[in-house]
Amino acid sequence: MATMPASASDLLKSFKLKTKQQELLIRVSILCLVYILAFITRLFSVLRYESMIHEFDPYFNYRTTLYLTENGFYDFWNWFDYESWYPLGRIVGGTLYPGLMVTAVLIYRILRFLRFAVHIREVCVLTAPFFASNTTLVAYFFGKEIWDSGAGLVAAILIAVCPGYISRSVAGSYDNEGVAIFALLFTFYVFVKAVNTGSLAWSLASAFGYFYMVSAWGGYVFIINLIPLYVLVLLITGRYSMRLYVAYNCMYILGMLLAMQIRFVGFQHVQSGEHMAAMGVFFLMQVFYFLDWVKHMLSDTKLFQAFLRITVTSAVAVGGIALGLGMVSGYISPWTGRFYSLLDPTYAKDHIPIIASVSEHQPTAWSSFMFDFHILLFLFPAGLYFCFKRLSDATIFIVMYGLTSMYFAGVMVRLILVATPAVCLISAIAVSTTVKNLTVLLRSKNKVVQTGSTKGSGGSKSSSKALLDQSQPFQKNGAIALLFGAFYLLSRYATHCTWVTSEAYSSPSIVLAARGAHGNRVIFDDYREAYFWLRQNTPQDAKVMSWWDYGYQITAMGNRTVIVDNNTWNNTHIATVGRAMSSYEDEAIEIIRSLDVDYVLVVFGGVTGYSSDDINKFLWMVRIGGGVFPVIKEPDYLVNGEYRVDKGAAPKMLNCLMYKLCYYRFGEMMTEYGKPPGYDRARGVEIGNKDVKLEHLEEAFTTSNWIVRIYRVKPANNRWWLNRYKFG
Amino acid sequence: MGKLWLICIASISILLPFLCNAFSPETPTDRRVLVLLDDFAIMSSHSLYFNALKSRGFDLEFKLADDPKIALQRYGQYLYDALILFCPSVERFGGSIDVAAIVNFVDSGHDLIVAADVNASDLIREVGTECGVDFDEDPSAMVIDHIGYAVSGTEGDHTLIASDDFIKSDVILGGKKIEAPILFRGIGHAVSPANSLVLKVLSASPSAYSANPKSKLSTPPPLTGSAISLVSIVQARNNARLLITGSLSMFSNRFFRSGVQKARSQTKHEKSGNEQFLTEISKWIFHERGHLKAVNVKHHRVGETDEPALYRINDELEYAVEIYEWSGTSWEPYVANDVQLQFYMMSPYVLKTLSSDKKGLYSTSFKVPDVYGVFQFKVEHQKLGYTSLSLSKQIPVRPYRHNEYERFIPAAYPYYGAAFSMMAGFFIFSFAHLYSK
Repeated sequence: MATMPASASDLLKSFKLKTKQQELLIRVSILCLVYILAFITRLFSVLRYESMIHEFDPYFNYRTTLYLTENGFYDFWNWFDYESWYPLGRIVGGTLYPGLMVTAVLIYRILRFLRFAVHIREVCVLTAPFFASNTTLVAYFFGKEIWDSGAGLVAAILIAVCPGYISRSVAGSYDNEGVAIFALLFTFYVFVKAVNTGSLAWSLASAFGYFYMVSAWGGYVFIINLIPLYVLVLLITGRYSMRLYVAYNCMYILGMLLAMQIRFVGFQHVQSGEHMAAMGVFFLMQVFYFLDWVKHMLSDTKLFQAFLRITVTSAVAVGGIALGLGMVSGYISPWTGRFYSLLDPTYAKDHIPIIASVSEHQPTAWSSFMFDFHILLFLFPAGLYFCFKRLSDATIFIVMYGLTSMYFAGVMVRLILVATPAVCLISAIAVSTTVKNLTVLLRSKNKVVQTGSTKGSGGSKSSSKALLDQSQPFQKNGAIALLFGAFYLLSRYATHCTWVTSEAYSSPSIVLAARGAHGNRVIFDDYREAYFWLRQNTPQDAKVMSWWDYGYQITAMGNRTVIVDNNTWNNTHIATVGRAMSSYEDEAIEIIRSLDVDYVLVVFGGVTGYSSDDINKFLWMVRIGGGVFPVIKEPDYLVNGEYRVDKGAAPKMLNCLMYKLCYYRFGEMMTEYGKPPGYDRARGVEIGNKDVKLEHLEEAFTTSNWIVRIYRVKPANNRWWLNRYKFG
Repeated sequence: MGKLWLICIASISILLPFLCNAFSPETPTDRRVLVLLDDFAIMSSHSLYFNALKSRGFDLEFKLADDPKIALQRYGQYLYDALILFCPSVERFGGSIDVAAIVNFVDSGHDLIVAADVNASDLIREVGTECGVDFDEDPSAMVIDHIGYAVSGTEGDHTLIASDDFIKSDVILGGKKIEAPILFRGIGHAVSPANSLVLKVLSASPSAYSANPKSKLSTPPPLTGSAISLVSIVQARNNARLLITGSLSMFSNRFFRSGVQKARSQTKHEKSGNEQFLTEISKWIFHERGHLKAVNVKHHRVGETDEPALYRINDELEYAVEIYEWSGTSWEPYVANDVQLQFYMMSPYVLKTLSSDKKGLYSTSFKVPDVYGVFQFKVEHQKLGYTSLSLSKQIPVRPYRHNEYERFIPAAYPYYGAAFSMMAGFFIFSFAHLYSK
């Protein structure tokens, strides 16, 4: 940055810069603009709605950040939260990745120190865009490292607006991924730099980058598996070098020691199956080094071959036995379900309904690839081609990063995010190389003709020269056309990205917007209305039961104790809630009483046509509940395998608690002109049970658009005591 | 949090917020009683019973059941502490009283005595049903007992029963044993099996049945044997107490005074047990006996006196509560050896019997289990005849903080040694490697 004023003063003096200075000026100004662009393109939601936290998980992050600012780091580290997972509680300090909160509080403290009187919420809202801007810088340097500065610039621009990244980093999306992508890319960049230079310092930096990543997001497992895989590939392809040895060993050992300081990771780093690959490669590295040394000492190749065979076999055997023993003795924990579901997309569907029930864990549709990557989808293979053409340690890395992350992006929608930097970088190589080749062609044309004419001699050569001359106009025109095509595509990309950002990724999902009958914008602020009601009208220690999706929001905004929340660590507890929701009322009330529940909250979209409500999520509650309590059977809620809520619905469906709570008093309501009362707009049917009577629960509050409905649990009947509670 | 616990304590004895004019938690005995009658003749024919109540300080107000001016509450406040329905044949109450009003009266913590009789109206039956008992549906049915009847000079249909099958509880029936059988003539009722708050105080003998004595039995009687309850009581969850019986005449002066001789029994009692039985049970109904209160719930770590906001796992703690019983005039220490405390999170992790100092103070100390979560101190003391005590107080239990673990453990010394020797070795090695030529 310091070169800027200098070159500017030069400009004033002579208006004539040397080419190098010119280039530097352009590069720096482009980077500055990209930096700003990455920030402001993420501000749609703040301008449209207000400066608020989005979605579900960010509310938890916000709540913990608030706690951190108020109580300091040690209280945060030891925080035992008894307002969630009643009555089990949750050790928050030991079950989260603190990187995001610590980062936000650090920014907050710095701003405070600089006398900016900001509120912590503003910092939280803007953390993700700020880190997105930083990511563009890292992308530039990364691109520069693996290709050249041109590719770096293009990568910075592409990643600044790429929807795949924006989806998780708009203002207000205060989630781990916001900082984690920065950390991920930074770690990779520094590691590649370390491999290229063999410098201990860069390797150390990558260990710290890894530490930051571990502290920020569970996706660090990707790094600790990709890097060993990359090293393994280099070893197999005979690219082992001292640089690699230094870079990997330093990064692994220090990174591991640092990662173990995060309480949530702790000894998992040396004990769980997911981290074993890195350790195996570490030992393999030592074997390689040893062999290298033996080779150096032994002059006899035959002897060395025999030695090599024995050593490699025994090393692999020892490693295998150690792993097997560790697995059997339970010292090395097996892979978790989440990890399995990454490798085998059908695993979660069959075994862990709670993972499969999350919409962002679904396999990715083709359309969302197109939506999130647009032209990058075509440029990605082209970039791979260029990478393979100029194979080096760095390009092998980016190719592997691109291919593995693309696979994972296909398995889970949310992992498009991880693939985005790789796709942007590889596409940037394609764009940059193509444009460079084309411009070189355009520029060098005269020179080629000149040299051709001066140096032309000999019959056969002259004929070829003539051919070349003839092809020149076409080449020139073609190059111009291709250049225009490329710029057109890139401009389409920019337009698409902006459109996607503004239309799809900038809604906070806690405030819903719809178009009214006259094209005006209608805002449904029912969630906050309900949470505010809870905060104002219920006792301080009231327990609210809802499906886990709303747990974080209820504790953060409603400040009330919840039974389950989005940290789905205890499947049984969630299944208990699922069972209560899918039982008949008099069975459910016993579960509700046993959990000391005071209020039950459901989300209902039948009036507004809001489709992601509890009735549509209900089958997952049945599945998750039935997974633990076999009395709940999915077929009971289906008719011929079909899920319906109208007259033809299954009798159990029509009388279960969730149905009753959602459709209570709905049967008498006119929702749409020309439809019968009790017409459910979210599902487009007239409901089957219009006469819903509640015995043990009573309606406490329903928001203005009926999206959130809260029921109070009545006290047990004063004069009646069911026999099963008989005392004696 | 402290406030919440106060609320919990306050909710121990009386739950609903209609306390203002009901009996106060401090003096739970009723004072103002409304008596609804079919006609004022009952005032004189049952005067012994009423006088017994008056002599104990009750303020009885007699009204006809269909008096249009009667009301249980005015301006949202109840005018009476208890209600006696001696009006078996009333079809419709006067004023603003109906079944729902009576039910609300009870649900607000007030007491009720209902006496039905042969040809009891549907209204009275409905009140019975609301309280968990079902009178025989046949309007003219009576309890007949050809073996356990009372010998009398005039009657031969064996509807005057002498029963002595009492509930075994000194709290309900008083410490003095009731020697003479109880005279009963009226309809029987069954206790609803779905409701375990209802208790049979006086049951019929195994040979009794409920039928119309005037007609011949064509079908088996619906109620037979000791399933027939003659007198039942209910203690609602909010500790309102109810007495239900199918005989108004058992309260009458005639039954009080008459002698009784059970069939096939040689002993002839000069006086029936009715007076003693009904007086004692009215003492229970009107909270002169068996009413408990728990106050001063305290818990703290051993060696401290202040109540912490939360405990840590493996803390030693002390818990104490004072329990008193209302004697009718004052609070006396409640003495029992079976008051238990649960340290409860979905299931009791600790279950301890509290030790009593015989002055009302119950206390114990225990170690918090090695499990974190939101626990409750629970005292669920439900003893026959006593008001149910259920105290619960929420208290979170946290795990250790990061600096509360032991700093150095002997088992780790080899590792410390390894680490430090490694460092020293590395230093020496580097030094030797760099500077030895």
